[in-house]
Amino acid sequence: MAISVKVMHRPEPETTSYLRAALSGMALTFKHMISPTSVTQQYPEEQTDLSPRWRGTHRMEVHADGRPKCVACGLCPTVCPANCIKLVGGEDDQGNRYPIVYEIDEFRCIFCGMCQEVCPVEAIHVGRHFENAEYTRDRFVYDLDRLMEQDHPTTLLWDPSDPRSE
Amino acid sequence: MDFVPIHGELDLGFVAIPWALLAMTAKTTGIFTVLMLVVAYTTLAERKVSAWIQDRHGPNRVGPFGLLQPIADGIKNFLKEETLPATASRAFFVLAPILVLFPSLVTFAVIPIAAPLPTPVGVVDMIVADVPIGILYILAFSSLAVYGVVLGGWASNNKYAFLGGLRASAQMVSYEVALGLSLITVLMLSGNVTLTEIIWQQQQLGMWYAFPLSLAFLLFVISAFAETNRLPFDMPEAESELVTGYHTEYSAMKFSAFMISEFGHMVTASALMATLFLGGWDIPFWTGDNMFWHQGQLISGFAADGSTILATPAIWKTLLTLAAFAVKTGFFLVLYIWIRWTLPRFRYDQVMALGWKVMLPTSLAYVMLMAGTILTLDEIGMAFGFGYGLALTAVSLACTIGFVFYLDRGRIITGAAALHAQKVEIKTISQPAPAGD
Repeated sequence: MAISVKVMHRPEPETTSYLRAALSGMALTFKHMISPTSVTQQYPEEQTDLSPRWRGTHRMEVHADGRPKCVACGLCPTVCPANCIKLVGGEDDQGNRYPIVYEIDEFRCIFCGMCQEVCPVEAIHVGRHFENAEYTRDRFVYDLDRLMEQDHPTTLLWDPSDPRSE
Repeated sequence: MDFVPIHGELDLGFVAIPWALLAMTAKTTGIFTVLMLVVAYTTLAERKVSAWIQDRHGPNRVGPFGLLQPIADGIKNFLKEETLPATASRAFFVLAPILVLFPSLVTFAVIPIAAPLPTPVGVVDMIVADVPIGILYILAFSSLAVYGVVLGGWASNNKYAFLGGLRASAQMVSYEVALGLSLITVLMLSGNVTLTEIIWQQQQLGMWYAFPLSLAFLLFVISAFAETNRLPFDMPEAESELVTGYHTEYSAMKFSAFMISEFGHMVTASALMATLFLGGWDIPFWTGDNMFWHQGQLISGFAADGSTILATPAIWKTLLTLAAFAVKTGFFLVLYIWIRWTLPRFRYDQVMALGWKVMLPTSLAYVMLMAGTILTLDEIGMAFGFGYGLALTAVSLACTIGFVFYLDRGRIITGAAALHAQKVEIKTISQPAPAGD
């Protein structure tokens, strides 16, 4: 086995012209200077089209009466590889389980989306959203109310029968 | 109407102020303000043009098209913390930005910006100080700027800053020589060092000095790039090697002073190039703007019998010539920026070799040749006019072509592709076969 090394053939100094090269360079930069094309995305005004499977900030789905859909089964804190979900479940008079405490630490979260995949009632979702800047660190621990307030579109789950989402 | 220089006094009852003093104050204030504005907007132009060259937008957040960006930058620099390195030489550290800022602003005083302006109290020259030693004044002050740079680099007590200062001193001193020598030809052709008279002589010659003295023009432009420390000669700053060179340790307004002086130098050098070689405020192919003080009279030329033709200054002529001057200066400013974002930096030894081994001998030889040519033309009795200019143009063109030919193709400077001019082939390196395969 041999590695082949390709070395560029450089022209002789007698045949290369600095001035000609400089002038052709200036012609090139001038062409770019007057051309109106721009590769810049004017971010706050122009938004990027996020992929339908973009995994970003979480949101909690709610019932029509405003209760969270979560049944506090405990699957998401179990499956979470970053251990960022804190869940304390409770039970009401009719025997319905509901979360008393449901907190996600968005700093610890690695946005793998396994909480959404594992959820049996499609309550917790990762969303197509990334603009979650805050002024203090403690604002990054999203509690239940905050998760229920989020209204960005949720992430499309990967479908094994349609791996490219076509 | 008779046009005389500005005279008389403004009588306020308790004190009488000469109109000339008022005009001088107005011109000084006006030119300083405009110069600072141009400097500020050159920084914006630099960022905008670099962005366009790189297919970006450039600053566009502050004001329409980012037009308030220089003001935002200024406010930011005022509000930033002034740092003083613990080991710095305090007095010189503070002195350096002042020393570097002063010459770059003061040199503009002798550059005429427009044709004389007629007012009810006399004709005002559109120049702050029409000193008889115009060019010498500019050379004297522009070489003072190197002290600020060296002092800043030394006083910072920082190796990078010190290296930047050293490089700046070596480079500016080297190219000062070629700069001065390329100016000699201009002085020989004009027979004068006053910038107003140099413009007048270019109007009389019927062509700008860029043509009859084309090689001097080329050498002057190259030297001016080196003098202002702009790419491809920005050795003193050399971001990739020396952090930012001599102003590494400076922050806030002191840093801003260095930046203002750099851009101020750029503007002054552009205005100087426009004045010396592109006719200053002269509008081409039009003799209506030719104006010069000759024996107390404002004349626009000489008739065939040697009598003078009086000029008729007008406000619109002043404005038009001011626009011509602005266009020419702007052209050089854009050229500065354009070249900066096109060419890579020279190596330090290349800069020194170009300065001492090429520019200096070439400019010396050119001075001799031009002196001989001018002497010959005078001896054969050719009148100072268009034909005179054409003869010089022919000689200069031959010199310029020879100089460019000599400089190029591996003789002095080569293209980047030729730096590693070794013959190489595609070769195969045999590798030991992996064990157990």
